[in-house]
Amino acid sequence: MAQPLVKKDDDRDDEADYSPFLGIEKGAVLQEARVFNDPQLDPRRCSQVITKLLYLLNQGETFTKVEATEVFFSVTKLFQSRDIGLRRMVYVMIKELSPSADEVIIVTSSLMKDMTSKTDMYRANAIRVLCRITDGTLLTQIERYLKQAIVDKNPVVASAALVSGIHLLQTNPEIVKRWSNEVQEAVQSRAALVQFHALALLHQIRQNDRLAVNKLVTSLTRGSVRSPLAQCLLIRYTSQVIRESANNTQTGDRPFYDFLEGCLRHKAEMVIFEAARAITELNGVTSRELTPAITVLQLFLSSSKPVLRFAAVRTLNKVAMTHPMAVTNCNIDMESLISDQNRSIATLAITTLLKTGNESSVDRLMKQITNFMSDIADEFKIVVVEAIRSLCLKFPLKHRSLMNFLSNILREEGGFEYKKAIVDSIVILIRDIPEAKESGLLHLCEFIEDCEFTYLSTQILHFLGIEGPKTSDPSKYIRYIYNRVHLENATVRAGAVSTLAKFGAMVDALKPRIFVLLRRCLFDNDDEVRDRATLYLNTLGGDGAVVETGEDVKEFLFGSLDIPLVNLENSLKNYELSEESFDIDSVPKEVKTQPLAEKKAPGKKPTGLSAPPTGPPSTVDAYERLLSSIPEFANFGKLFKSSAPVELTEAETEYAVNVVKHIFDGHVVFQFNCTNTIPEQLLENVTVIVDASEAEEFAEVATKPLRSLPYDSPGQTFVAFEKPEGVSAVGKFSNMLRFIVKEVDPSTGEAEEDGVEDEYQLEDLEVVAADYMLKVGVSNFRNAWESMGADCERVDEYGLGPRDSLAEAVNAVINLLGMQPCEGTEVVPSNSRSHTCLLSGVYIGNVKVLVRLQFGIDGPKDVAMKLAVRSEDEAVSDAIHEIVASG
Amino acid sequence: MESCPSVKNIILLDSEGQRVAVKYYSDDWPTNSAKEAFEKSIFTKTQKTNARTEAEIAMFENHIVVYKFVQDLHFFVTGAEDENELILATVLQGFFDSVDLLLRGTVDKKEALENLDLILLCLDEIVDGGIILETDANVIVGKVASHSIDSGAPLSEQTISQALATAREHLTRSLLK
Repeated sequence: MAQPLVKKDDDRDDEADYSPFLGIEKGAVLQEARVFNDPQLDPRRCSQVITKLLYLLNQGETFTKVEATEVFFSVTKLFQSRDIGLRRMVYVMIKELSPSADEVIIVTSSLMKDMTSKTDMYRANAIRVLCRITDGTLLTQIERYLKQAIVDKNPVVASAALVSGIHLLQTNPEIVKRWSNEVQEAVQSRAALVQFHALALLHQIRQNDRLAVNKLVTSLTRGSVRSPLAQCLLIRYTSQVIRESANNTQTGDRPFYDFLEGCLRHKAEMVIFEAARAITELNGVTSRELTPAITVLQLFLSSSKPVLRFAAVRTLNKVAMTHPMAVTNCNIDMESLISDQNRSIATLAITTLLKTGNESSVDRLMKQITNFMSDIADEFKIVVVEAIRSLCLKFPLKHRSLMNFLSNILREEGGFEYKKAIVDSIVILIRDIPEAKESGLLHLCEFIEDCEFTYLSTQILHFLGIEGPKTSDPSKYIRYIYNRVHLENATVRAGAVSTLAKFGAMVDALKPRIFVLLRRCLFDNDDEVRDRATLYLNTLGGDGAVVETGEDVKEFLFGSLDIPLVNLENSLKNYELSEESFDIDSVPKEVKTQPLAEKKAPGKKPTGLSAPPTGPPSTVDAYERLLSSIPEFANFGKLFKSSAPVELTEAETEYAVNVVKHIFDGHVVFQFNCTNTIPEQLLENVTVIVDASEAEEFAEVATKPLRSLPYDSPGQTFVAFEKPEGVSAVGKFSNMLRFIVKEVDPSTGEAEEDGVEDEYQLEDLEVVAADYMLKVGVSNFRNAWESMGADCERVDEYGLGPRDSLAEAVNAVINLLGMQPCEGTEVVPSNSRSHTCLLSGVYIGNVKVLVRLQFGIDGPKDVAMKLAVRSEDEAVSDAIHEIVASG
Repeated sequence: MESCPSVKNIILLDSEGQRVAVKYYSDDWPTNSAKEAFEKSIFTKTQKTNARTEAEIAMFENHIVVYKFVQDLHFFVTGAEDENELILATVLQGFFDSVDLLLRGTVDKKEALENLDLILLCLDEIVDGGIILETDANVIVGKVASHSIDSGAPLSEQTISQALATAREHLTRSLLK
């Protein structure tokens, strides 16, 4: 799609209309490329043709495989020319074509010749090209030259080799790691950029070795870094070291803080900013530490450069979330930024002010924002809406003016995301501020009267169904809801029917009128709407008699599903049609922790309307699949629980081993994850010898050795034990890693024939009572507690002895039991003298357990605890007490 | 964030949002249409701003974009959301100044297209696979321009018509200035 570039008339001469690429066409250029094959090369013309080819690629044109190969081959002919300019274009062209492995061979020798050329420019570029297109095998051949290049006198050559090293580290780490001596030397280079590239590469080589990084930072912070870019890198590495060593400091003086503070006086703005940002992001930063950073950021706020203003206000905005008081000094500068030409800066300034503002300034701010809202884009508006929501939660007394603001902007034009943000905010305010409920619900009702988004309409209807019946006058919402049945699409109509039914079920006075409305829905032309209406009419007793709606009917119709939907979906997919019907109790209820993949979208606030976070396919599923694929373990039945990995070796040792405990009804399987960290070794026939002499109830039944464990690619070996069925047997196991070790030649990567048997002592491993407990939360603890009944309740009191703090005692008991804290009761307010903590879980054998812990401090530090357990089985209640008593 | 500062793309568009030269270093935009969509969105959203004296800055789809305009050319440099804005601005300034030097002060689309080879080499010298190679315009230009003087080439490779062409080019340049 080489578009002719039409240019507007210019006031210069006729030539101005002319673009050198006007009417350019791929086929013709490919024809032209034949000049590359001329025996008598014309470098100038060849350069022009390459430029045209690059132009085409740049415009998004693609070459077919055949075309690319053809161009590539003719381009390689150009190495014959000694014209420097042409050679440069050839280098760029080869990189753009990214030739396949068999094509690369053609240019390898030419590039290797250039790599050893006397011309610096050739050397630098040939290295970059070769490293870009090469694969591992060629790399060992050129490694020697690359090492030389790293310490080359010419900074361009050195940088080219170092940057190539950074790229190669991703694909061939074992080779690049061998260069660390040369890289270390390059860090001392006098050339600024070389130092920057060398530092980046050196850190990447050593990033897994905490001690080495620490040393690197310690030596460089004493001041031998010249380039501002390298200094920025060093600041990043320093904050990493600070983060990792934070736990060791007692004195309150943070290591390296002085270095960061010193960087605030650097002459390069990028270094000043990097340091200021690093200080604001320190864990548990104190206001004394913050002050100098805030001061330089404040200076940036009044800079003439938009980039500086933006960087400063964005950082201050983040600081305002955690330390609003520290930012208040900048409020005057911030207010002048509201009228900034750059809308991003203005939005950030506003939201920062909203976070730091006090109650008296709210009204004035709102006035300023109203003018501002009309001329910014949706994405900025969303940010403002979210800031207003948190402001409202902070100052509930101001809810009237803030709620009005939200409803006003809800009526204005806007896209889906924006409207959703507003609706979410109103919903949250309704939930958290009781006085705002009635007005908020009416705002939402008015909104759905004229709402073009089906999703928002159905969500609001659902919410109305929950909150509406609890208000003083539920009948006033019925009109809005029933209007939907007339005016909207099928999805919204079905939602409206459900909401009507909820009103009918909850408010007896409205029942007869609701039934009339529902009966009208029986003639709807959509199946779902009719089905729902029929279902509700029948279950709620709409067929005549007005009866009190039973609890179980309500539970059936409106009870929430306490199972994560993803888990249910997986179980249904695995369910095969058979005699046995699908058992919904067998669906795992554990909500998975947020996976790594979601890290990309940080700062997403929990939204009001959306369903509870649904986890992705879990690690438990992965374990289950892994174990059932091993024939020895296939008949153990359903996996009850897998523990988190427990490290059995210290960090930075030769072999890294951790263990995952898989609990089955009658068996326990230990999965040992082993990693070999020695490049010169290959381990074979790896097993773990587990000594169970201190775990009487366990008997070893199977082991599954790991055939081979090469360097840096983790593998697993398994050991299975039998234990009494359904019993929470505990015990201690000592472990020994046994294997055959073979030497590996690092240059060829080949292992020697003969190996030596060897052993490696691992740390002990324990199976504890908490391993038999699944963390399963309940949404409403009190309901669950009441419905469990006191039949199998066991209550007792314990003295926990002197403890550092109440919070520490609470955590210790939670960890001991391995249960899920409910309703946020694991958090102990500071300075409180007593605390109640609610826990729930499922014990092995699928027995639900609920625990109520009451803690109190008596005397100076002595903590006493009252433990009440309710479960479906007396024996289990007793077992829980036993755990605590013996813990 | 312990990673090396990195650049996700460098984009040079004309006054209608058409590409003059672009270079992507990240997989965030896997297809050409994704790239074009990104270019279109940054072009339209920055069109009304005045980025002629100082570089401006904005956020798009979790990216930081710094940009600067001159005549009918729009320069953009994109980085990750948590990148140091001032580093990106330094890269932009380096690119901008290099182009200014290479085009000898007449920075517009026509001149840029006529010297596209220089612009492409310039991009190649500023960033390699996302890693900043050089930001000092004088050094960049030194590396790019070392070739426009065909000193290394033997005279036999220069034909008479070529020599004339070079002469003509120099003449037009000096006239246009």
